Amino acid sequence: MRELDYVRASDVEEAVALVSGDPDARYLGGGTNLVDHLKLGIARPARLVDVGRLGLDGVEEQDGPDGRVLHVGANVRNSDLAAHPVVRSAFPVLSRALLSGASGQLRHQASTGGNLLQRTRCVYFQDVTTPCNKREPGSGCSAVGGYGRQDAVLGASEHCVATHPSDMAVAMAALDAVVVVRGRQGERRVPVRELHRLPGDRPDLDTTLEHGDLVTGVELPFTDAARCSTYLKVRDRASYAFALVSVAAALELDGDVVRDVRIAWGGVAHKPWRATAAEEALTGRAVDEDAVRAAVDAELAAARTTDQTAYKLPMLRGATTRTLLRLAGKDPS
Amino acid sequence: MSTRTSTTPVTPRSMGTRLDRVDGPEKVTGRATYAVESAAHDTGDPLHVWLVQSTVAKGEVERLDPAAALAHPGVVAVLDHTSAMRLADTDDGELAILQDPRVHFRGQVVALVLAETSEAAREGAALVEVSYREEPHEAELREDNATYRPETVNPAMDTDTEDGDVDAALAGAAVLVEQTYRTPHEHNNPMEPHATVARWAQDGTSGEVLDLVDSTQGVHGVAQTVGPVLGLEATQVRVRAPYVGGGFGSKGQPHAHVVAAALAAHAVRPRPVRLAVTRQQMFALTGYRTATISHVRLGADADGRLVGLEHRVQEQTSAVKEFAEQTASPSRMMYAAPARRTSHRLAVLDVAVPSWMRAPGEMPGMFAGEVAMDELALACGLDPVELRLRNEPDLDPETGKPFDVRRLPDCLRRGAERFGWADRPREPRSRRVGDWWVGTGVAAATYPAMKMPGNEARVTALGGGRYGVAIGCVDIGTGARTVLTQIAADALGVDPGAVDLEVADTRLPSASVAGGSSGTSSWGSTVVAAAQRFREEHGPDPAAGAEVTASAAKSPAETETANHSFGAVFCEARVNRWTGEVRVPRLLGVYSVGRVLNPVTARSQLVGGLVMGLSAALFEESWRDPRTGHVVTQDLASYHVAAHADVLDVDAEWLEESDEAFTPMGSRGIGEIGIVGTAAAVANATHHATGVRVRELPLTPDRFLS
Amino acid sequence: MGEGVRRAASGYGVRMDTTIELTVDGHRRQLTVDTRTTLLDALRERLAVTSPKKGCDHGQCGSCTVLLDGRRHLTCLALAVAFDGSEVVTAEGLAADDALHHVQEAFLEHDGYQCGYCTPGQVCSAVGVLDEAKQGHPSHVTEDLEADVELTDDEIRERMSGNLCRCGAYPGILAAVKEAAGA
Repeated sequence: MRELDYVRASDVEEAVALVSGDPDARYLGGGTNLVDHLKLGIARPARLVDVGRLGLDGVEEQDGPDGRVLHVGANVRNSDLAAHPVVRSAFPVLSRALLSGASGQLRHQASTGGNLLQRTRCVYFQDVTTPCNKREPGSGCSAVGGYGRQDAVLGASEHCVATHPSDMAVAMAALDAVVVVRGRQGERRVPVRELHRLPGDRPDLDTTLEHGDLVTGVELPFTDAARCSTYLKVRDRASYAFALVSVAAALELDGDVVRDVRIAWGGVAHKPWRATAAEEALTGRAVDEDAVRAAVDAELAAARTTDQTAYKLPMLRGATTRTLLRLAGKDPS
Repeated sequence: MSTRTSTTPVTPRSMGTRLDRVDGPEKVTGRATYAVESAAHDTGDPLHVWLVQSTVAKGEVERLDPAAALAHPGVVAVLDHTSAMRLADTDDGELAILQDPRVHFRGQVVALVLAETSEAAREGAALVEVSYREEPHEAELREDNATYRPETVNPAMDTDTEDGDVDAALAGAAVLVEQTYRTPHEHNNPMEPHATVARWAQDGTSGEVLDLVDSTQGVHGVAQTVGPVLGLEATQVRVRAPYVGGGFGSKGQPHAHVVAAALAAHAVRPRPVRLAVTRQQMFALTGYRTATISHVRLGADADGRLVGLEHRVQEQTSAVKEFAEQTASPSRMMYAAPARRTSHRLAVLDVAVPSWMRAPGEMPGMFAGEVAMDELALACGLDPVELRLRNEPDLDPETGKPFDVRRLPDCLRRGAERFGWADRPREPRSRRVGDWWVGTGVAAATYPAMKMPGNEARVTALGGGRYGVAIGCVDIGTGARTVLTQIAADALGVDPGAVDLEVADTRLPSASVAGGSSGTSSWGSTVVAAAQRFREEHGPDPAAGAEVTASAAKSPAETETANHSFGAVFCEARVNRWTGEVRVPRLLGVYSVGRVLNPVTARSQLVGGLVMGLSAALFEESWRDPRTGHVVTQDLASYHVAAHADVLDVDAEWLEESDEAFTPMGSRGIGEIGIVGTAAAVANATHHATGVRVRELPLTPDRFLS
Repeated sequence: MGEGVRRAASGYGVRMDTTIELTVDGHRRQLTVDTRTTLLDALRERLAVTSPKKGCDHGQCGSCTVLLDGRRHLTCLALAVAFDGSEVVTAEGLAADDALHHVQEAFLEHDGYQCGYCTPGQVCSAVGVLDEAKQGHPSHVTEDLEADVELTDDEIRERMSGNLCRCGAYPGILAAVKEAAGA
């Protein structure tokens, strides 16, 4: 860990100015990812700007440009967000996704903004003694041809096969959440589906944010589908483990027929993967096992697997089917 | 000199009853002080040592530039092979660090950074620039590796055995199971990472020269091993291990970091140093269970009676030091096959040094053997419990000696009764509850009863009816402090509260390692010998200061009978029909282990073994990248051990018995048997649940998806 | 120092030292830390408060858990300088003089430990779990997110899963937390 200058910012403007103006500066939020990276040598900033006490701690219902939203401050802790009564009733998929992540201790520490921006847990990214294009552009991808059980099956490139580790972000992708960002040019709103990017030839860039952009909050639009939503995480251990795959789903039925369905997958790509082809295939149809499997297969037509990741396709089929049948009130067994 | 004393059986009074851990309050408050913490509480102002590890699997350090590290504030020194103290004995390739530029495996220690703070030490290590002349390496265990036949396998067993005409027996068998079973690299991962605090005396001419506080399973073993490496007599090295946060074999022998701490401390003597191995570094430097490949052939007659058995093992060792896991050893004595063949072959790889991990040999070997028995039961159309009962030997097949106690059938029957085995459907994949396929499985367990040489204990009358009992053994969490207090109390005929037990210091009488499930048998017998001798010499009302040091004579059982513990493990497994996830709602072990000396600590030992076996069954795998020789799953997020949510109804019980032929306490040892057979029981249960036979650990969800 | 050992010319002097104040187990402590010092290392190496343990140093085991401003918190993934003014309670601080906390008593009663290394973290985590349940926080295994929390066995197991125990003392830990929850 390089020697560090530590500054506690007193307001958002100051924070943005401090980091924007200094390429070696980084924001410090809950610290659960950044402090890990400091010790591992993955991040070597010269200055940390602590954004933990900027007052971005509220969860409030607001009128947004496209209707009513729940605004979540970037500094709201994962545990508090999961336990918030409105989240539990109106956005159960988010509550469930948060509760399936990390541990009780870590959820008290991790912030909403930080969770969105956490970086891959690919074992090669985590180990500075191995080549990794994400950590050190141009050095090569050790995961290709190496340990690949966690690797992406959708949207990967020859330069990077890493997956995004967040559960929360997968739920937010399904909810069409909007991220509120403050940068040097002022405030802007970025749909969460456009926040994260695919690796292409720049796997070092996880998101579309610029250096110095600060996530100040997230807006969750209230919808009928969001009320009928859930999250299924598949992992080796029953708890305290990253997803092999995960499914965030929200469903609104019109009688037996799907009026609105949102499906997002975790553990399959460099970003939370919104399964739009599957959604299209299901819309207007009744939810049954065959229909869901066909919809998943439509989405997976573009999947690319290795011996180590081939299991993710049947796992996604199974997990998605089970989740949607449950949401549709059909006993899947 | 102590006297070798024959013992007589001890009348149990405290033994066999509950006594809460004598160190409990220290542990639940965190006041218990583990190795590296002694530095925080001493006033010695220690320097922090950080290890620099090789990033190639084989070759030589070409250039090591410490300039950037030395320029970092707080860094005091950098040691490498050009500057570290010369070792007196470099025969042990694992311990002979910083003596030459050779690199034998990825992660080997190539330099040490000493600094005033841990932050500076860590950054200093990152700033040491090392370049290598790299050589081609081989780091992957495959079936086509070139192999050799080691002289013996751990600890000193025959490499190969052959009895009867195995090929003819198998050729003539009515039923034949022929399969290959694999277990992966596994890392012990005790919760307390290895750590050493070291200090050299300024004047090293006589007496104790080097002081170590080490996280070890045996203080005397550390002194005896590390002393000569450093050119010291064992008596010149003092080692203490007041509290040890688990070991599971990985702290059974000193690893390179102990030498590293001594070398670092020598460079700055008499200033102490503290070296805490990081979790990641443990994956290269503190031992692991080698991956194994077991080729098993079981031949039976139409009634399921074994006629022939073959267990051929291929595994790996490291180029720098041999370790040969005795994987086929349980197949030599487990069942009554008239013709039996076992063998071990090693591939020499450019990898870190494998070592002991809880039940070396038995754990991987019984996974192979007990899954094969499950396959044989199906092939014979027999219940797997019945198959095992039909293959009970009268005498130990390996030695021809009678068993001291062999109650495997009792364990199987009792377990079957308590588990509700009789209700089990015969056909696999016959029960589904909601999202889950449900099945049950069984496996047998065994572990040899062992006593180690080299133990002495001292009993001192303290006056007022109190007694001091001293033996240099280590309590790594087993409950040894508590149980030895009970043994001493009963052997002296006093209450446990009248015993002041001292352990974990080389200044105390010599003790063997806490390993091989031998601790309580070895140390307990020794304490009994000293106590009985003490009473003989000093009577019931000794003068304060009266003292006896003694060691125990061998018991007749040690030479006349085959001494093993046995058990039966029953498992219910559920496999998710959508996702392949495996959960284990019930796991029960029933054991024959001699007298249980403390039901509370014993249950924790046995349940702990079952949990570690469950963990190995479902999760554990250290993935070594063959391209680099590097274990890339080198932390607790990528190397999964069982978390609390994975451990549902896990319980152990034991048969009432007493083995006074083996020890005067009647006990046989319990530390390891809980892990043996457990992974096989889980694998057999998942097969029963799904019809999918998995012959390779761990049983991750992908194996149940197609 | 031996011949040839390469030594630093600069000597000791960490540029980024800073002074902070923590309340640790009821005592106000001023201390100097490097800006890189974690809360865990500040406690263990600077204040000789070694009740919180270092099991992995990367948020993957829970051994370093303390109660930070009343909530369970890992100290390894926290920079001390960011917690200036905070209140830390370790397992040692939960015990008052000679009297153990009732959670600690329950751990003794049910042998919810063996080697003891993860134990202070387990104890602090258990205290946090009981408090979170009282506040109605749901967990991953809570069936109905809007119902009151009942600390069933599965709830306790899930909520305690951030604290690994390699000795496998989980059944004893479960029994201990269950008893403490009923107390």
